[in-house]
Amino acid sequence: MRTYKEHMSRLSTIEKLEILADAAKYDASCASSGTAKRNSLGGPKGRGGIGSTEGMGICHAYAPDGRCISLLKVLLTNHCVFDCHYCVNRKSSNVRRARFTPQEVADLTLAFYRRNYIEGLFLSSGIVRNSDHTMEQLVEAARILREEHDFRGYIHLKTIPEADPEIIHRAGLYADRVSINVELPTEAGLTRLAPDKKASTIEGAMGGMKLAIAEARDAKKRFRYTPGFAPAGQSTQMIVGADAARDTDIIGKASALYNRFRLRRVYYSAFSPIPDASAVLPLKRPPLMREHRLYQSDWLMRFYGFAPGEVQQAAEADGMLPLDIDPKLAWALRFRENFPVDVNRAPREMLLRVPGLGTKAVKAMLAARRYRTLRLDDVAKLTVSVAKLRPFIVTADWRPTLLTDRADLRGLVAPRQEQLELFAP
Amino acid sequence: MTAMQDIAPRSFYCVQLPASDDFDLWRERARALVQCDVPPDRVVWIEPGATGDLFGGGEFGGRERRLPVPGDDARPVRASRAFLRLAKNAALHSDPQRFALLYRLLWHLQTNTRLLEDRTDPDVRRLEELDKAVRRDSHKMHAFVRFRRVEHSDEEEAGEHYVAWFEPEHHILRANAGFFVRRFAQMNWSILTPQGSLHWDGESLAEGPPAQRGDAPSGDPAEDLWRTYYASIFNPARLKIGAMLKEMPKKYWKNMPEAALIPELVAGAQACEAGMVERGAMQEEERPETLEAIDRAIHACQRCLIGALDNRAVMGEGPQHASLMIVGEQPGDQEDRQGRPFVGPAGQLLDVHLQRAGIERERAYVTNAVKHFKYVMRGKRRLHQSPAAKEIDTCRWWLEGERELVKPRMMLALGASAARGLLGKTVSISKARGTPHRLDDGSELWITAHPSYLLRLEGEAREAQERLFEADLAAVARRLAELEA
Repeated sequence: MRTYKEHMSRLSTIEKLEILADAAKYDASCASSGTAKRNSLGGPKGRGGIGSTEGMGICHAYAPDGRCISLLKVLLTNHCVFDCHYCVNRKSSNVRRARFTPQEVADLTLAFYRRNYIEGLFLSSGIVRNSDHTMEQLVEAARILREEHDFRGYIHLKTIPEADPEIIHRAGLYADRVSINVELPTEAGLTRLAPDKKASTIEGAMGGMKLAIAEARDAKKRFRYTPGFAPAGQSTQMIVGADAARDTDIIGKASALYNRFRLRRVYYSAFSPIPDASAVLPLKRPPLMREHRLYQSDWLMRFYGFAPGEVQQAAEADGMLPLDIDPKLAWALRFRENFPVDVNRAPREMLLRVPGLGTKAVKAMLAARRYRTLRLDDVAKLTVSVAKLRPFIVTADWRPTLLTDRADLRGLVAPRQEQLELFAP
Repeated sequence: MTAMQDIAPRSFYCVQLPASDDFDLWRERARALVQCDVPPDRVVWIEPGATGDLFGGGEFGGRERRLPVPGDDARPVRASRAFLRLAKNAALHSDPQRFALLYRLLWHLQTNTRLLEDRTDPDVRRLEELDKAVRRDSHKMHAFVRFRRVEHSDEEEAGEHYVAWFEPEHHILRANAGFFVRRFAQMNWSILTPQGSLHWDGESLAEGPPAQRGDAPSGDPAEDLWRTYYASIFNPARLKIGAMLKEMPKKYWKNMPEAALIPELVAGAQACEAGMVERGAMQEEERPETLEAIDRAIHACQRCLIGALDNRAVMGEGPQHASLMIVGEQPGDQEDRQGRPFVGPAGQLLDVHLQRAGIERERAYVTNAVKHFKYVMRGKRRLHQSPAAKEIDTCRWWLEGERELVKPRMMLALGASAARGLLGKTVSISKARGTPHRLDDGSELWITAHPSYLLRLEGEAREAQERLFEADLAAVARRLAELEA
């Protein structure tokens, strides 16, 4: 009889990579930005480290799904003792399983990094044996890279909230970013779909991480040689469309997470029909556009000065954001009394509310209007489509008169209906 | 004597730049020209390899080779730090007009110091476009350079060397050396481009002449791993080709090992979607109404990928109205070759046990949950692979067809796959065995292990499992006798 171990060692590295990268693709994040700047200059030849981070993340390739490939994103193993229904790696799922050793992950990361394929590693894992053991293994892969190879590239470790806080803390010492997935926007959803997880445990771990990051920042100011702790902060991911949560619930949850745990990012992952899906899940996946609209609402809160309540007001009566128009346009159409905005006089906050004006265009307008009075032509040069803007702005030579009050305005400014998901099931 | 007196009225000046990315020389010459009040339309900037001799005669007959020298009292030239930063980067652009544009801007900046803040000025906009294009090209160079490892065996250069071939759009090679030095400081590497090459030996950077693709190594064993990663991380359920092309335009593909996979991945994803649509349509179909028709239909079935492998469908066999239906997992190598169920090693073991329990195989209908043999190639051998739950569920369509026609009063599922094919959910054999399960049509389902499981065991473990298997079959035999009585 072939033991399990023999079977595993018979899988070649390439077969394991195939299984464990495939299993990791449902994690949306691939960011490699916003960490401390480092490089591998200095030190005697052959003995120094490898790698650098320069603030901006780099996407080393793009897959035909349009997603950036910046990191080697793999699971240490896709074996799992948990049985979360939305997860392809759940215990009861009938998928091929494989397992890397921490050393194998470190070697693979270095082989890819030296050839300039990646910015670093994003390591996650199914739960094998127990949470502590799994977390130890994740940390070990990061330790090999950092301590044995002096790797100075990017490391993102997925943290298992049920693990011992001491081990989670070690993850922060090696990783640029740590993340703990809240998984589902509502506690009811979590109870139903992830029976082994608890919202209180997840939030407890996030809170602990927030404290540790803040303490390390603070210590860095006072002591020169403080070990860094997750310099790129922490992030999380929510699955959209697997439970009954409405967009307003999700926006509220995201906003609460940003505030309570100082998250860098909340990622939204449209529930994607996974092979061997559980019968508890909806058969139909949510439109990808929903995920997109949620990201847009996230942007409104983070960069456009919208309060969570205001973004929620952009939703329809059923609590869902409109799919055919973006949330900013939806908000503008609902609160027309705020428009038109005079681009030569309005403050930055108001310009940012104009549908079709991005942060860059607003900045350019504020700079340009100090030297000249802006005309419609000038605005056109700074934006993508002035036609969409016209009902909402006043320039030296343009005033929308009745346009802003027209009942069919939505039809005039909304993008033409496209067949968005031609190839979607 | 002022600078102005040195300048012949209506003269043209021509500045030859020794290198296409020599911003410092442009800066020096431009400063002198501004100080001598030479307006932009009187200066021609020529970079190496450009059509410099075009202006040799004729049109620019009055051209001065000698550049004017500003006097000591010439006023200083004003240029904001922001302009210099933008100009330095924009100078790397491949647009032949870039140096003239920069000079024009510098010229106007002397009278309008805040010119740059006016983003509606066409020259300012062009400057920003150039800067943006160069920044993008540099960023793509950081992203898309792909090193290939070369082992040096000769004495001088023992060790490994990483070599990349890259074709930038603009003159960005030298300006981006720093990025690669900082990142790969401890490696020996070279970046070869049609404009020139860079070589780093761990301590110092050397520049070399333009190179050709053939100068770089043609492959690296790690590329197989990388391609595997690329194909596996791709999610075929969300094809967004436009988004990919926007960030990774086709011009870069030829030097990226993973890009060769793209057409195949896209086609695969589309076929997969089309297959799902088609399968959806097929479910609506009427099921064939005789066993012979099912037999014909399963040979053409490609509802799951197993049907697309090099194999043949294996139909169940036995009396049309058998009281017992025995269901296995899927045909194996032998079954696939012979076209009959349970004829390989597991089938032979099953026969032994059936006989021992007093069940006549000839009186039972014997079939499988999945009709095709799923395998992977290991050398020349076809290695059995368990069907996925989804594949079992797909093939249930045929198994149900057989059940409807045979109408057995008792079913015996061998192994978890067979149980799933009949129950629609995965059950644990150890928990489900030994008791009958009532099915929707009133028939009785008994579940036991698959004989191939016994074959994989050795020693005591096998003996123990065989005893359980025998007990299960004995129970089935007793119950069958009751039902038939």
